[in-house]
Amino acid sequence: MTGVRVAGVGLTEFGETPERTGRDLFGTAADRAFADAGVPRADVESLRYGNFMGELSERQGHQGPLMAEAAGVRAPATRYESACASSSAALRAAVRDVRNGEEEVVLVGGAERMTNLGTAGATEALAIAADELWEVRAGMTFPGAYALMARAYFEEYGGDREDLAAIAVKNHANAVGNDLAQYQREITVADVLDAPPVAEPLGLYDSCPISDGASALVLVSDEYAERTGVDAPVAVTGTGQGGDGMALQDRDYLARTPAADEAAAEAYDDAGVGPGDVDFAEVHDCFTIAEALALESLDLYETGEAIGAARRGETTRDGELPVNLSGGLKAKGHPVGATGVSQVAEVTQLLRGDHVNSDAVADAEVAVAHNAGGTVASCIVHVLEVAA
Amino acid sequence: MSDDPTGARDAGYDDFLDAAEAGEAYYLSCPEGHGSLPPRTVCPDCGDPDLAEEPLPAAGEVETFTVAHVATPAFADDAPYVTAIARFGPVRLTGQLRGVDPDEAEAGLPVELAVEASETTGRRLLAFRPR
Repeated sequence: MTGVRVAGVGLTEFGETPERTGRDLFGTAADRAFADAGVPRADVESLRYGNFMGELSERQGHQGPLMAEAAGVRAPATRYESACASSSAALRAAVRDVRNGEEEVVLVGGAERMTNLGTAGATEALAIAADELWEVRAGMTFPGAYALMARAYFEEYGGDREDLAAIAVKNHANAVGNDLAQYQREITVADVLDAPPVAEPLGLYDSCPISDGASALVLVSDEYAERTGVDAPVAVTGTGQGGDGMALQDRDYLARTPAADEAAAEAYDDAGVGPGDVDFAEVHDCFTIAEALALESLDLYETGEAIGAARRGETTRDGELPVNLSGGLKAKGHPVGATGVSQVAEVTQLLRGDHVNSDAVADAEVAVAHNAGGTVASCIVHVLEVAA
Repeated sequence: MSDDPTGARDAGYDDFLDAAEAGEAYYLSCPEGHGSLPPRTVCPDCGDPDLAEEPLPAAGEVETFTVAHVATPAFADDAPYVTAIARFGPVRLTGQLRGVDPDEAEAGLPVELAVEASETTGRRLLAFRPR
């Protein structure tokens, strides 16, 4: 089995560009990835592309071939949909096919156009990732679902809004200097606590923004990198996926995410590392509570302990385990279909040393990326390492 | 009530709402005792096809709740409203908690199931009332 290297990464700015089409966004991200990789487009054997709400925001299905054209790639192309974990699903499929020798060079990515829908329209579009009959028809929204999880967490393990606020404050601070981030400014705990409520106990600053953007990676096999001399110092060494009941009401737990437990355990095992080896993490903080749930599922914290991690300074950039040095979904933005691959792009740059926050993890060798779909009915985790 | 232009009902779900309106709500139970909600061909936990309808317990208990302020267009005039997950024996249901001041909502609150309407669209929805 061959190893898998990240030869190049490409991201658009995340933010509000309602006029930019999905094809425009993805074409830009892919172009940047090819420029970074130095791999000829003609060597690409497939495109694996993630997108969630294209039918609703652009009336566009069958996006695979469209995005291959946008990227200037003549190769078979498939769209993957797994809600907010869509591009991680695309990445996982690509990693497995490169490993088993089916393909040597794969373009992976994702894009989402959202802000053209407006806040209410995007809220409605996001809700299709929940159970239409048993959740959405009662009025459940995504912020509402994570608020239900947050309240259940407080009841079971403790914690409060100030603990959550510290997560938002940390991730905003990390985004300062990240030119691609939607919010490149610091906020205070008071800002978070005083913000208008979205779904109590979550307020506006507990929530990631609605974003447009795209991401891309050029993946190559170890053999390809060696043969062509492509500079690809970071490897994807572990991949894992877990699943759970679609609706929150049907899960065993309201304040834990077993799909992420499964994904993390598989990814660690696949990479031959353990949680103690992890130097930093990018996790799916669509809402502040989600970061705490993710850190517990990744086994970086005991159940019930991660809620206070940011407040205690353990996950800040100068803490023992920096989390979301990109700014996270919270401050960097969350163009749903682009998010998973963008996390891996940021991790790659942090490990290579060419990220604005690389100094915070100068000696790092192992990192994880955690990407969740829906209320974590789907979860995909990847382990990245500096190649020996 | 359906948004489908053909007016098609959602079999299982609309049947459940009809039954709940008649005070005869039910859940599905497999021989292993796993509870689930319709429509189901097999038990979602173990795959057993032998599913029987059992009466839903009248007494439920709120496990978690939120006051939703930002709504989808279908609930624009309902906001703010309380969404809750309540347990009824072996199953949980998601619904709007009504007849309770949001400040007095709490985990553990005893509730019963009701079928009410969205203030925005008039469409039926599951609701909980204090018991």
